[in-house]
Amino acid sequence: MAYGPHTPADREQMLAALGMDSVDDLFADIPERLRSSPLRLDPPEPEQLLMNRLAGLAGRNRVDLASFLGAGAYRHFSPPLVDQILLRGEWYTAYTPYQPEVSQGTLQSIYEYESLIAELLGLDVVSASHYDGAAATAEGALMTCRATQRGRVLVSRGVHPHYRDVLRTYFHGAGLHIEEIPLVGEGPTAGTTDLAELERRLGDTEHPVAGVVVAQPNFFGLLEPMADASNLAHAAGAQLVAVVEPVSLAVLAPPGAYGADIAAGEGQALGIPPQYGGPYLGILACTDPLVRQIPGRLVGMTTDVDGKRAYVMTLQAREQHIRREKAASNICTNQTLLALAASLWLAALGPHGLRDVAALGAARAAELEAALASVGVARVHAGAYLNEFAVRVPDAASVHNELLGRGVLAGLVLADAVPDEPGLADALLVCTTEVTTGDDIATFARELGAVLAESGAAAKAGQPVGARA
Amino acid sequence: MVPSDLRYTKDHEWVRVEGETATIGVTDFAAGQLGDVVFVDLPVVGRSVDQFATFGVVESVKAVSDLYAPVSGEVVDVNGNLATKPELVNSDPFGEGWMIRVEIGDAAQLGELLDAAAYEKLTAEA
Repeated sequence: MAYGPHTPADREQMLAALGMDSVDDLFADIPERLRSSPLRLDPPEPEQLLMNRLAGLAGRNRVDLASFLGAGAYRHFSPPLVDQILLRGEWYTAYTPYQPEVSQGTLQSIYEYESLIAELLGLDVVSASHYDGAAATAEGALMTCRATQRGRVLVSRGVHPHYRDVLRTYFHGAGLHIEEIPLVGEGPTAGTTDLAELERRLGDTEHPVAGVVVAQPNFFGLLEPMADASNLAHAAGAQLVAVVEPVSLAVLAPPGAYGADIAAGEGQALGIPPQYGGPYLGILACTDPLVRQIPGRLVGMTTDVDGKRAYVMTLQAREQHIRREKAASNICTNQTLLALAASLWLAALGPHGLRDVAALGAARAAELEAALASVGVARVHAGAYLNEFAVRVPDAASVHNELLGRGVLAGLVLADAVPDEPGLADALLVCTTEVTTGDDIATFARELGAVLAESGAAAKAGQPVGARA
Repeated sequence: MVPSDLRYTKDHEWVRVEGETATIGVTDFAAGQLGDVVFVDLPVVGRSVDQFATFGVVESVKAVSDLYAPVSGEVVDVNGNLATKPELVNSDPFGEGWMIRVEIGDAAQLGELLDAAAYEKLTAEA
């Protein structure tokens, strides 16, 4: 598909037709103070000098670290064939074409994506697709409000804090209400959703609940009692939105198995490298009765007038290019290229390969737990986890910073990510995947032990921790 | 000919009043304009609807249209058959294709609706 930018002559012609002098006149209704100020860019530089400057900036990225950072974005090995197929120019139109049926290849790729994800989730309908896991989660919560015609959603504090922020943004101003369900504080289920509190809030029949949002695994890597949450929600006439990590579904029960009405999640782990700010891939799926509530593209397979297999956009009437202000969503896009990358990665691995990836990540995590325990660092929570868990580390932020200087990215400082969560002031969230090596784990344990020994000695000597550097 | 015992809106909904209850649907004219109806989205029982505000959505193979309530009131019944047989809206718009029943909040609102003759005149001009 050819892309032709507007020429200055085109713009002049359009402005003349509108009776305007400049493009800025189009925005005259927006008060001056709300308009963006002109970009203040440096003067042009020769291309070679600019490349040097950008290479210098890129060189500041740390790619030498043994990384244990997850917290919503996960590193996985991607076979070169994924990138090789993605490089084909035919894929590089950003959006679903608006005369979609002429692009059978694009539609087939979306159909394949939807089929693969539906199999992984055990749900009937998958839409293609959304900005990221947070946006998909918010859309899932909005779906429960439309489907039940209720306006109150309960979200577990085990859901990623960024996702909860986005949920609040989506609900703000829509006349909808969002409430957080706390986590269990102590005991064998510490760190998972407080089901007793969930049941109590669901029992407020004055304000009936539309949906319950719970993550599996949750932000702290713990496995949640999803079937119980599902039963509680359904008993109150509410729907369950399961926020899932797709790779984990190779070894964990899929949302369809425990009665989730909607599943949302971040698709980045499906072969898309972690990248700051994206682009990522929002997965959103639902059961058949909710098909008209789900925003995004749905592609179906049918036969044309000659009886040949054909792919079509289906149920488009819900969508913003047809229904405008009454669309299922007006904050929805299709991340086609990322969805294609996920499809290629899943197809390249196959079901057995995917299970190996998930199982190896979990095995590495068990090794990591043992290695950290050997230097006196224990888990915060007692419950089951898959490949991510929180550990208790005194003065976690300083230790984390100290380890960066020793070649280790020691996961996430939980006090930064969830400052309002009690009992996590001195904790790191650490993660492994199949790309984590035994050497990485040994290095982490050794350096962490050394830092703690030094800071212990420093503390005894009355010096502030982390003052060594 | 549209049934003479019903009242109509300019948006092609009909209402049948029986005591305190109003049964609401869309007219054969509306059904014909929409084409084959494939889905009807209706409110749940217990919900309030406001006169001339949207109470649901009807989706055909070619369009999605809002449904407007002829009278205000609380929804007391919904035609569940339409979930599996939306084509009833086309085949029997004034009968099996009914959509919701509401308990009439303000009977005076009925005076703002068209009678059969006025509605026929409206569709003849359309």
